[in-house]
Amino acid sequence: MTMTRREFIKFTGLGLAASSLGMLGFGAAGVAQAAAVRPFKLTHATETRNTCTYCSVACGILIYSMGDRAKNALSNIIHIEGDPDHPVNRGTLCPKGSALLDIVHAPTRLKAPRYREPGSAEFKEVSWDFALDRIARLMKDDRDKHFQATNAAGTTVNRWTSIGMLAASASSSETSFLTWKVTRSLGMVVFDNQARV
Amino acid sequence: MSDLQSQDYVRRSATTITPPAARSHEDQVAKLIDVSRCIGCKACQSACMEWNDLRPEIGHFEGSYENPADLGPSVWTLMKFAEYENEQGNLEWLIRKDGCMHCEDPGCLKACPAPGAIVQYANGIVDFISDKCIGCGYCVKGCPFDVPRISKVDHKAYKCTLCSDRVSVGLEPACVKACPTGAIMFGSKTDMTDWAGERIEDLKSRGFEKAGLYDPPEVGGTHVMYVLHHADKPSLYSGLPDKPRISPLVQAWKGAIKPLAVFGIAAAAIFGFFHWVTVGPNEVQEEDELEADRLLREMKEEEEKPS
Repeated sequence: MTMTRREFIKFTGLGLAASSLGMLGFGAAGVAQAAAVRPFKLTHATETRNTCTYCSVACGILIYSMGDRAKNALSNIIHIEGDPDHPVNRGTLCPKGSALLDIVHAPTRLKAPRYREPGSAEFKEVSWDFALDRIARLMKDDRDKHFQATNAAGTTVNRWTSIGMLAASASSSETSFLTWKVTRSLGMVVFDNQARV
Repeated sequence: MSDLQSQDYVRRSATTITPPAARSHEDQVAKLIDVSRCIGCKACQSACMEWNDLRPEIGHFEGSYENPADLGPSVWTLMKFAEYENEQGNLEWLIRKDGCMHCEDPGCLKACPAPGAIVQYANGIVDFISDKCIGCGYCVKGCPFDVPRISKVDHKAYKCTLCSDRVSVGLEPACVKACPTGAIMFGSKTDMTDWAGERIEDLKSRGFEKAGLYDPPEVGGTHVMYVLHHADKPSLYSGLPDKPRISPLVQAWKGAIKPLAVFGIAAAAIFGFFHWVTVGPNEVQEEDELEADRLLREMKEEEEKPS
């Protein structure tokens, strides 16, 4: 298509005028309006109830993960919010609890037991079997050495005071019951828990 | 989403004809922020960033509890901390959750020149539609509360959506759900106003005689309201405007001047057309050619003259 200089200027001018009118509000009123709001991201996410990992208040949380647990879909936590049915927090969460998602995906999160050998300056990752065997061995040795069946007066006390147990807060009543049974049956008296077992 | 399509719009930026709001029975929603119950824990800030998948860049300590230092394209709500010494000489720590107020008469929407970049739904929520935004920044000028922020990455405006994605499926906004002290409440605008009334009565009985509701009529009321213990002086709360108003420049430019400008453009076009019909194009006449020849000749003679 050939176009003289004059025609070119004419067309440019017309285009400019039309677009100006459009911008002034004549256009677009009838244009189809696309969906506006962001799609709700949890519609088919899997909802799992749990307890917040942080403090002894032990707020109830809802963990939402991608996928419907189908065999070929690998779950990934995408959102965490308060559990409205939980009597402790009734859906609310503190700033740390509200940001739980970022500790789930934190690159520095501890995912396996780590072991620092005596004399070594570095931690290395070890298997759970190794860690539990090692803990059991050390506990047994210590208990054999320090367990007191009776006190100076000869009264039966069955106590083991040279070791203590500190546990986390995110425990159910059942976990707490078992923790209590294990520690007390060994004679452990130094025993505390953020959730006050 | 079919829930908030055209029929639920009540206002749309740079659009002369408002789309038909056929559904007339949608309840207006409101968020009530009770400043007197807020402990400044920032759970709302965390919850907002978590839900909306926003993670602003980690900044530096600026000498204040405010963190980050200002609202931003990824910071849609921010706790603002003000220290105020009252008449008795006692320190009052006034903490206010800042963010979009979702005005009934939104200055941002009024100022916006991009059709459909800012909309208001029938439930009162004012939302930015990012793909229609042209990043001109007029909304920043139009906002009486200085809320919208332009992203340096995609040059589009961002602000609180009042979790329109949650509200559209019947949930409360993320900040409201998280608040551990119940300082942020959500419900219908009438319920929130009633609840605020109870709170104000309680505050008055505790010696805050000037306690009141911040729902400024200058912008037609807002869908985010505050219960203030000093409702007579909102500016104490980190510069909450006493009388918020849309800039008169924006009012004039988008009000009176706009039809005048349209008239001007139309008049120029019509004048041009009639001038072309009646007078016609400016064609070269014979005397013009003769005159041009004479000028050329004179120039040649001048050049040939020895200087």
